[in-house]
Amino acid sequence: MERSLTTDEHRRLLGVSLRVRERVVRTVFRAGSGHVGAALSQCDVLVSLYERHLRVDPARMDEPTRDRFVLSKGHGGLGLAAVLAERGILADHELDTFGESGSPIGMHMDHRKVRGVETATGSLGHGLGIAVGMALGARIQRWPTRVFCLLSDGECYEGSTWEAALSASASGLTGLCAIVDRNRLTMDGFTEKEVPLEPLADKWRSFGWRVEVCDGHDHAAIDACFSRAKDQGPAVILAETVKGKGVSFMEQRPEWHYGSIDSAKLDEALRSIAEQHRAALAAIASGGAR
Amino acid sequence: MSESSDKSQSKVRGFTWTVGDHALLSSSDVWGEALVEAGRADPRIVTVTADLAETTRLQEFKRAFPERAINVGIAEQNLVAVAAGLAAMGLVPVVCTYATFAVLRAAEFVRTDLGYGRRNVKLIGTLAGVAYGQGGPTHHAAEDLALLRAVPELVILAPSDGFEMAAALRAAIAHEGPVYLRWGRGTETPDASKRDAPFVIGPMQERVGGSDVTVLAYGPTVQEAERAARRAQRAGVSTRVLAAPTLAPLDRDSIVCAAKETRRLITVEDHSIVGGLASAVAETVARAGLAVRLASLGHRERYLPMGVPEDLMAIGGFDEDAIYEEILRVCRVAAPTADDDWEDR
Ligand SMILES: Cc1ncc(C[n+]2csc(CCOP(=O)(O)OP(=O)(O)O)c2C)c(N)n1
Repeated sequence: MERSLTTDEHRRLLGVSLRVRERVVRTVFRAGSGHVGAALSQCDVLVSLYERHLRVDPARMDEPTRDRFVLSKGHGGLGLAAVLAERGILADHELDTFGESGSPIGMHMDHRKVRGVETATGSLGHGLGIAVGMALGARIQRWPTRVFCLLSDGECYEGSTWEAALSASASGLTGLCAIVDRNRLTMDGFTEKEVPLEPLADKWRSFGWRVEVCDGHDHAAIDACFSRAKDQGPAVILAETVKGKGVSFMEQRPEWHYGSIDSAKLDEALRSIAEQHRAALAAIASGGAR
Repeated sequence: MSESSDKSQSKVRGFTWTVGDHALLSSSDVWGEALVEAGRADPRIVTVTADLAETTRLQEFKRAFPERAINVGIAEQNLVAVAAGLAAMGLVPVVCTYATFAVLRAAEFVRTDLGYGRRNVKLIGTLAGVAYGQGGPTHHAAEDLALLRAVPELVILAPSDGFEMAAALRAAIAHEGPVYLRWGRGTETPDASKRDAPFVIGPMQERVGGSDVTVLAYGPTVQEAERAARRAQRAGVSTRVLAAPTLAPLDRDSIVCAAKETRRLITVEDHSIVGGLASAVAETVARAGLAVRLASLGHRERYLPMGVPEDLMAIGGFDEDAIYEEILRVCRVAAPTADDDWEDR
């Protein structure tokens, strides 16, 4: 596989992912509860996007031609908030109000309330259509804007997702790149056990999309996919992920879709995150995949 | 941040209730059990959900009758269409998802396939109103009744606690035809006195007697109204509370009777005052030509912020305190009399 990342850059991204994961679990601890499994699953994809591919200026999030990111899986709001805080788009003290009654920042992020959020989501299956509209709009405006959209695999059950997928390929939206957080879990259980989605890549391909499948926690692989998708859309990256990634006791467990952590659990979670981070660093030092 | 946070300083409690809790507590327990009982009593009952079996409390049913529990995946339009098909084959589907998705997402499917199709489906919209307050505006459901009240032949029920919900489910199953059951959080303590009370589709129930003013409520605002009425009673205002667990067909007689007897009406709901009980009562008294003072508490043409339900009910102005204040306010002004009615002249 081609390597677009230098080792130093790879290390830097791992460091950002580490801090985002720490923010996620600390925020859940402080707020009392949150969609922690979903946030950890999407973490590395979002870090790659915000650190290397999304063309935005944190100081000017209202610049009209900026790239757009639509978090279609709205319950990933906690994970997005952590990434926005890490990128300096959201202030730390703002993140600290996560989940408080009346706070602008909560489980579902909202463009009416939070700077840097592009659209209010939470109801699944809306985001891709909105992203298609944004990509069409950019074309009409002759802006160089790329549009990224993160879907959960659960959203591949919604008819509206496929309606949007059809219109994207019909319109030849080269600047549109979707990512599916393919962690194989929804709320009630495992996708392939409840209502199978496979062969998912074939489904997207048959809808006229350029499809790539990658390890959704391998920064080198994610980065290469984003680079190759550029101007080649509509492109979808099926990012194979682990729900709860980074915190061993949460990994691939449906009950950690949404949960609470006490201080003992917080310590355990932070230890697990640090341990997995050290292992990932060691792997790149020895030339392994991560 | 472009919008300042919207807090009522004194009452904000913070993030204390989690999504899972509503499935662990009181009224929900009763509901989960009622469903299993219904399944045992009637082999035609099947449950259908869109990935929300756990949080709508269908798991006990699924354990008891695995072959009769269906999950269609996160696809609410398909959910309603599949239920219509099951009903066409002689089954009685009990369909469960959050109210915002059951009704707003699938609205046209509900109208066409269940309503016009006259299918024997029991559609349960859970976490209605601000019961999932922390989910924020995408998860608040304040428009479901406005949409569904306009669907002919659809029965709409909105019980106020677990025992009433259990009885309403039995009544809904006994009724041949589509029924929408509007359900909240299920965390309230069920009213044990109602454990075996039958549920009759249609009539409102007088919960508190009174002659100066009538408060009409349904769902979670019933208990708030009862408490407010008792406080008002102590302040010297004789307050009647009518619970309206059936919203369609509407019990117009009880509204007209209360209008004539108390001349002051207050509707309270965790729903928009546009198209909800507020509208239903206003339409009824206006058509009857009655002169009344009418006040409407509920969602008032604005989006509420994110927060726990108790906070949002206070911010939205439809909790106990707001009802109490409104009772005193409307009673400060002289009530209209029968002489003011249009039809009486
Ligand atoms: C239209 C709609 N239906 C149902 C829900 C409730 N809900 C929230 S998250 C979720 C499933 C989570 O699984 P998935 O979508 O795969 O996301 P993951 O957390 O695994 O990334 C469901 C059913 C919703 N938010 N929107």
